[in-house]
Amino acid sequence: MTTLITILFFGIAYGMILYLISVGLSVTMGLMGFVNLAHGVFAMLGGYATVTLMNRFAVPFLASLAIGCIVVSAIGFVLERVFYRRFYGRSELDQVLFSFGLILVAVALVRIAWGPLAQPIQLPNYLKGQVAIFGLALPAYRLALVGFGAAIIAGLWFVFDRTLFGARIRAAVDNRAMAQSIGINTSRLFAAAFGLGTGLAALGGGLGADVLAIAPAYPLQYIVYFLIVVAVGGLGNIKGPFVAALAIGISDTACRYFVPEAGSIFIFVFVFVVLIWRPNGIMDRRRVAP
Amino acid sequence: MISTPGRPNLVMPKAFGHLLKQLPWLALAALPLALPGYEPLVTQVFVMILFGLSLDLLVGYAGIVTLGHAAFFGVGGYTAGILSVHGIGDPIFTALCAMALAALTGLVFGGAILRTKGLTLLMLTMASAFLLYEIANKATGLTGGEDGLQGVNFAPVLGLFEFDFQGRTAFFYSLAALFFTFLFVRALINSPFGWSLRGIRENDARMAAIGCPIMRRRLIIYVISAALAGLAGALQAQSTQFVALYSLNFELSGNILIMLILGGSGRLYGAFVGVPVFMIAQDQLAKQDPANWFLGLGIVLIALVTLAPGGILGLAERAANAVKRRRSA
Repeated sequence: MTTLITILFFGIAYGMILYLISVGLSVTMGLMGFVNLAHGVFAMLGGYATVTLMNRFAVPFLASLAIGCIVVSAIGFVLERVFYRRFYGRSELDQVLFSFGLILVAVALVRIAWGPLAQPIQLPNYLKGQVAIFGLALPAYRLALVGFGAAIIAGLWFVFDRTLFGARIRAAVDNRAMAQSIGINTSRLFAAAFGLGTGLAALGGGLGADVLAIAPAYPLQYIVYFLIVVAVGGLGNIKGPFVAALAIGISDTACRYFVPEAGSIFIFVFVFVVLIWRPNGIMDRRRVAP
Repeated sequence: MISTPGRPNLVMPKAFGHLLKQLPWLALAALPLALPGYEPLVTQVFVMILFGLSLDLLVGYAGIVTLGHAAFFGVGGYTAGILSVHGIGDPIFTALCAMALAALTGLVFGGAILRTKGLTLLMLTMASAFLLYEIANKATGLTGGEDGLQGVNFAPVLGLFEFDFQGRTAFFYSLAALFFTFLFVRALINSPFGWSLRGIRENDARMAAIGCPIMRRRLIIYVISAALAGLAGALQAQSTQFVALYSLNFELSGNILIMLILGGSGRLYGAFVGVPVFMIAQDQLAKQDPANWFLGLGIVLIALVTLAPGGILGLAERAANAVKRRRSA
């Protein structure tokens, strides 16, 4: 029983990280229809920013996360204005190639700046060790992941469901031309959403630096997991990816524990089965919306 | 053809014209004389061109973007390799087995993948390769896992030509395979079936409206492409006498796509141009400094997409058109 709860807990923590990183991709994919393979780059940059600020400049953990989030968000915003927007109307192949090129450039620059080895994160003392809850000893770091992740997700849902900005995004996902014709500046909206999405990815990358190791191969190594969350969750919404991320986090953790010899085989089989059943993901906004 | 006014129309005897068309192939066959010692590298180039040709059928003609084509290359390589480890070492027979199993894999995955589109389709192509990679990685008893497949040993080609140390047999063997594959692919894309693929690429709704069974056509080309990729994998296993996990790697899937795009997709000869350029550059640059290699590759890729869609062949086409226009003006 204790083992089961521990696995569940580790899975949820992993799922939170996957969700934080991937949710921005789901929104921007739904908004702009851009196949952005380079989304993992922003998570990696967030991770590097956090680790470097903490290890080299002794900035506290939370402040490092915030700075990393803001800086990467600004980088994402600029990249969107300079490069991405040129590719919105282009073929899927062009978008794939462009973002793949961006990954290669980022991998190379990071390798030149920080070297080929993984950057270990020095967690602050309050996140080391274990915390006892209901007689269960749970690692403090993962507990913080779950708590922090839940807080950000609550904020994100509020923005998405209750603010004008969120309403504009939902309108543009449902029908871009109509949103534009009632006076929503979709071009500016895209840039803002892109900045927000990359900022969240950076936060996820920094927060999860102890789960997904920060190394130059990061965007190539984990891209398939981020894409799985988005594809299974459905494009252009924020709830589907949450369910998908938790399901994948929990089942992947459980499989690695119970059947270590199968590795991540189960996850990929699971993804194929789900997408044969629901080719547009479990919560397709365009299908569900009346 | 309309002859250009002001220029004499060159009339060649037909037989001579046919011979002239085969000249590049004869030149390739004579390469070992010109570059002795480079047979293994050139053989690798042939194998990758064949692999690139198979990818061009999907990306260039059917408009199916895939980032998991290594899945079929790997299945082909492991099929041929594992058969040879267990005493079935005839190269042509094992290559045919490799093609059959790769085609079957393509049928199974394609049946699921081609029902989706956009990001989901792309992700599933990646997931299919990751899945097979993980299986090969874990099934160490069969594949050797991370150490690669040990004890690969192939019999002489046609029972006559042994795979020699210098790599001459492997050279001519893969050149022959490439030649016949090229003839097949050329016939395929010029057939009505090939033209219907282009139609689906350009507008699948219209093709469906005029009665073209889109799903079936796409699945057929997926299976054919998988079989040819499997052949490339088998040739790789036979010419290097080794199969490694790299043959199922995401990096290989990405690289072959870049090679094809570099040459120009949907042009039949894209792989023939892109693969040698890429592999020679990689041979010269990547060993010195992998970071700079990735940086250069990324910049070239972004520049290609922004400035020169159509790759090297696309640029050449544009240059030729510009010259033609100036002549006729």
